[in-house]
Amino acid sequence: MKTYTNPVFPYVRPAEFDEPGGRRPVVIVGAGPVGLAAAIDLGQRGIPAVVLDDDRTVSVGSRAICYAKRALEILDRLGCGQPIVDKGIGWNVGKVFCRDKLVFSFDLLPEPGHRRPAFVNLQQYWFEEYLVKRARELDGVDLRWQNKVVGVVPHASGVDVTVATPEGEYRIACDWLVAADGSRSPVRHMLGVEWDGQVFRDRFLIADIHMKSDFPTERWFWFDPPFHPNQSALLHRQADDVWRVDFQLGWEADPDEERKPERILPRLRAMLGDKAEFEIEWASVYTFQCRRMQRFRHGRVIFAGDAAHVVSPFGARGANSGIQDTDNLIWKLELVMTGRAPDRLLDTYDAERTVAADENILNSTRSTDFITPKSRVSRMFRDAVLSLANKHPFARRLVNSGRLSVPSILVDSPLNTPDRDPDFACGSGAMIPGAPAADAPVMGPAGDWLLSYLGGDFTLLAFGDAVDPSGVASLARDRIPCNVVQVGGTPASGATRVDDVQRLAAGRYDARPGTVYLLRPDQHVCARWREFDLPSVRGALAHATAND
Amino acid sequence: MATLNVEPNIPSPDDFYERLIAMHRGLSDGDSALVNAKLVLLLANHIGDPDVLAQAMAAAREGMGPARDRGAG
Repeated sequence: MKTYTNPVFPYVRPAEFDEPGGRRPVVIVGAGPVGLAAAIDLGQRGIPAVVLDDDRTVSVGSRAICYAKRALEILDRLGCGQPIVDKGIGWNVGKVFCRDKLVFSFDLLPEPGHRRPAFVNLQQYWFEEYLVKRARELDGVDLRWQNKVVGVVPHASGVDVTVATPEGEYRIACDWLVAADGSRSPVRHMLGVEWDGQVFRDRFLIADIHMKSDFPTERWFWFDPPFHPNQSALLHRQADDVWRVDFQLGWEADPDEERKPERILPRLRAMLGDKAEFEIEWASVYTFQCRRMQRFRHGRVIFAGDAAHVVSPFGARGANSGIQDTDNLIWKLELVMTGRAPDRLLDTYDAERTVAADENILNSTRSTDFITPKSRVSRMFRDAVLSLANKHPFARRLVNSGRLSVPSILVDSPLNTPDRDPDFACGSGAMIPGAPAADAPVMGPAGDWLLSYLGGDFTLLAFGDAVDPSGVASLARDRIPCNVVQVGGTPASGATRVDDVQRLAAGRYDARPGTVYLLRPDQHVCARWREFDLPSVRGALAHATAND
Repeated sequence: MATLNVEPNIPSPDDFYERLIAMHRGLSDGDSALVNAKLVLLLANHIGDPDVLAQAMAAAREGMGPARDRGAG
């Protein structure tokens, strides 16, 4: 590749060779986006994490390129959002073409006042490189390259792992194993756990090309374009003037032939024109499937990301959901590991994230049925939609080129405390229990965005003079502490105070002076009230940690 | 829940039927199928009510065995 050289991370002799018999709190299998996010989250909480990866570099090829707003917000909490956003290409607008006509255009983030755009496109290798850099800043994170897991034996109280290295095998015992080892998950196979779903009979060519172009920074999707008749195509910009091109090939295509430059070049020429100057950086032919494990938690082995669930790439629901998995998991793991929550809190990881996976699979399957119709009549309706979409607005809503990743709203979570006050907004976008906290511009001691003040621990977001200093002090002293962030009002001692400079926070949270929101460490709302009441907050926090 | 109206509702049924057939005149079977699909979509959007649409789909499918779950297809 011209624009990127994969780093080579050195193999370091693991301590277990010289001091066998030790025990680690957490071992993570896989140093991809999900495993690294888990390690960083643990590291930030002061919990040591060993990360085992069979390779010695980051992703080969660009692979996952679209990182959604919610994932970026999680990465902000993990201390590595900014370099990713700086390096990546932000975008909000997508366009869908049928033949040579624009049929549909969407803006994923029509309102201002959010720190992060709807999406940032960045090659996975860059993404992983920033996560590795962040992980290395944390003392407790032990990244081990060329450490391939070859044996997993779970027990009631931990997991014994056998690891192969260039200098032989060693054993490592841990309390908890996080399997983030990708869609082919060796850990899943070693546990003998199957997963259910469907494979789609279609093939796609993805090519990264290096090209100087003033093409807009938007997602462009074509059905049946003149340059690639009867199939679909996608064009997307990445960092360093690298463009992702995706061509639908059909099931009959020969993957080995289609990978060859002499097959790829004419397709690109047809798309980009005779004058375009470009070079192929990387290409791959892929098929896809929608599957998930029935349970993500198997005792002390917990699956996350593609190891637990896979979707088609249309919608950017792979890495983005994997990062939400670890965001959901790690705070719960910490509370259980430190004895401040019962083991069953981890079952709610399973409950919440299998629902999210189903939502992703549903959306992905629907997109795939539209892009790759499985029968003649399905194709007929697809073509009917596209031909109506030019003229009739209703049909544009039916055009499905991928419903792009949106954060999961944990609406049925067992950890939510239902609203007691009847007058809270509950419509689309409302901060109902289960919703991820909305961002807003603020002024305060830790920067200009509300989300910077929320998460990590439990947070009580209090509008105006909702909480008095004694309430703040009580919550701070609890066994599971809760920080108070005060929006406006007279500063209460012990609370962090921010100003709602554009009045957007109050609007987005449907807040009046006195309104309080209880937010989980992963920034999801778990309860809200019109008036602060210490026992109610404590009750909701106990409920959100399975302590009731 | 709104109910699918299966009582006579078209003022001049013979005119409607003639027009429906005439709509397809001169079309190949493939084009006719496409026109029918577009017609279904236009009418479905006009109706809008998901309960009514579901009842209409069930009524149209009646006697041809149950629709298989997506997982089986």
